[in-house]
Amino acid sequence: MAVKVVMGQRLLKANAAVAQENRARFAAAGTLVVNLISSPGAGKTTLLEQTLVRLGGRFRIGVIEGDIYTTRDAERIAGKGTAVVQVNTAGICHLDASMVARACEELGAAYDILFIENVGNLVCPAEFDLGEDVKVALLSVAEGGDKPAKYPLVFRSAGAVVITKADLLPFTDFDLAGVTGEIRALNPEVKVFILSARTGEGVEEWCRWVEEMFLRKRAAGSGTGSE
Amino acid sequence: MHEVGLICSLMDQVTESAAQNGITRILSVKLVVGKLTLAQPDFLHFAFANLSPGTIFEGARLEIEERPLVLRCTACGTETRPEYLDYFCPACGERMEIISGDELFIEYYEGDNGEDGSGG
Ligand SMILES: [Zn+2]
Repeated sequence: MAVKVVMGQRLLKANAAVAQENRARFAAAGTLVVNLISSPGAGKTTLLEQTLVRLGGRFRIGVIEGDIYTTRDAERIAGKGTAVVQVNTAGICHLDASMVARACEELGAAYDILFIENVGNLVCPAEFDLGEDVKVALLSVAEGGDKPAKYPLVFRSAGAVVITKADLLPFTDFDLAGVTGEIRALNPEVKVFILSARTGEGVEEWCRWVEEMFLRKRAAGSGTGSE
Repeated sequence: MHEVGLICSLMDQVTESAAQNGITRILSVKLVVGKLTLAQPDFLHFAFANLSPGTIFEGARLEIEERPLVLRCTACGTETRPEYLDYFCPACGERMEIISGDELFIEYYEGDNGEDGSGG
């Protein structure tokens, strides 16, 4: 007999449940989790390298590298003496919460800061909660300034936006003030960083922000912590 | 590829619900998709057709309702239906809020619970 079942249920419910488990695990370990989202080539890996150079000595840092097929990015990061787990999504264009859960099993020990380099894509990663503390959207000067309007979801859900490759500003028609204004209109509270991982300009300020987020999380979690 | 993940979620969620309701075969699923999600109906149908063989969805119909982007001014109430999110009111310049366009949910599904009562 044919029956009709009304659900009214948002897609990705299963992912949301796993993301909550991840979040609880990260809270218990006092780990700050930063989910980096961008188009391919926006410079996530380069920024990560520069960040590890500055923060790696003082914090235990783990990295989850999402990639559709290759291990190239993970190899670059592993060269920095950081614990890295590569997740190949086998053609799927985003990481989901269960992939992150499995990657954490593999990473093992607790970390102060865990960076997740999501698969290069501005659409799907915005939809999938991984249990992170903050989503960071990267936008490179070379990509042009129309991205916030085209992909509003990721810019609305981001806690910070990093405009990368700022050293190219003089050579493009990238409208920095206009783009920044658009981002703020989408998301008034968002933190905006403008930096060049190549020249190092602005990277210090970004690292300080990550460090502050970490300290705030540790302060909020009080009870559990390092050792 | 976005769409494949969405259809996987849809199938997981409906399969779970169907098991709870004693439904062994799905006849149709109705999905509501807002324009802001950037999910393409063609690709959703393609993914559904390719993932359903051998499952309880085999032969089922996927129905997709697209919802346009609708914005309303928080100050003067002006409503617009722009192509992309456009954040400021064309009438008074205040911030617009999203009324519709970010939907992504399964409205209902129809299935067969294997009991008689029809000549199927
Ligand atoms: Zn208005």
